Amino acid sequence: MIGILVVCHSFKASSGIAEIALQMAGEKARVVGVGGNEEGGIGTSTGKIYEALLDLLDECDGIVILPDLGSAVLSAKAALDFLEEEQKSRVLIADAPVLEGAVMAVVEASTGSSLEKVKQVAEEAHSLKKLRV
Amino acid sequence: MDNGKLDVTKAIEAVKRIKDIVDANKEYLTELDSAIGDADHGINMSRGFAKALEKVKSNEYNDIGSVFKDVAITLMSTVGGAAGPLYGTFFMKASMKLAAQKEADLSLLAQAFREGLQGVVALGKAQLSDKTMVDALTPAVEALESAAKDGLTLKQGLEKALAMAEKGMKDTIPMVARKGRASYLGERSAGHQDPGATSSYLILKAFYDALEG
Repeated sequence: MIGILVVCHSFKASSGIAEIALQMAGEKARVVGVGGNEEGGIGTSTGKIYEALLDLLDECDGIVILPDLGSAVLSAKAALDFLEEEQKSRVLIADAPVLEGAVMAVVEASTGSSLEKVKQVAEEAHSLKKLRV
Repeated sequence: MDNGKLDVTKAIEAVKRIKDIVDANKEYLTELDSAIGDADHGINMSRGFAKALEKVKSNEYNDIGSVFKDVAITLMSTVGGAAGPLYGTFFMKASMKLAAQKEADLSLLAQAFREGLQGVVALGKAQLSDKTMVDALTPAVEALESAAKDGLTLKQGLEKALAMAEKGMKDTIPMVARKGRASYLGERSAGHQDPGATSSYLILKAFYDALEG
């Protein structure tokens, strides 16, 4: 199973998004939120992301990371640099809207799809239309 | 005797000076960042370097690479904004060049900073004129390299690098941001000095000052 790591500038945002995504896929799925700086303020922490990755890598075949804004991407990339090559090969960062991407990714992951496929589906969230005319 | 090189004591002194200069400019960095970003650069940098100083003061070091490495790891976890992974990467890549070295002369520090800059560019994907720290760091590293080629001392090299970083920093004022939170502002980001380029200048100033002895 592929796990999803939601990385936000706020821990509340990340855990809320993880909660919404989990509701779509039930107990089988693994979605974890990580966010905020070391002191719990707004920001991102490479250390926190690294620890969350290690935990998820133990339980999952692979991980798709969904970052919210710029520094979440940079912190996630920096965290990847601390992983072993084998671990690193099991993690991909998706360029996707974070909430919509997490929901779509977790549904895809719950069907047993591959790492690449889950990332691709998360990125397809870019084309979701909320209002149709 | 002081041979003008960067040894462990001076490397730790540099971290202390970075902390001090960042603290002294905390409001200024935050003001610059509130104009085109999320107003957290001063606070983030101040928190990060305070923790980094705590870390390096509590350890014994045999080489300057290890000092840089501890700074890198601390910044990545404590800064909070994009500056954390970016400066963290700068110090991490530089630390690899300085590993097992008891001291650095101008040529070695120029190589280490070049590695650091390349790490920043690889991570952040910023090019020159994107209105980022790269606009201050690039001319500074080039100045270090050319000073090394001319056989100058470390102090003289850093003086030239500092002048170029200052120019690079000021050159960011008319630029339109193409990276980071400021890029969301588009044309409205022009007319403001980049906070990241400013903190890069301050960091180089601290290294220069640390060699004062």
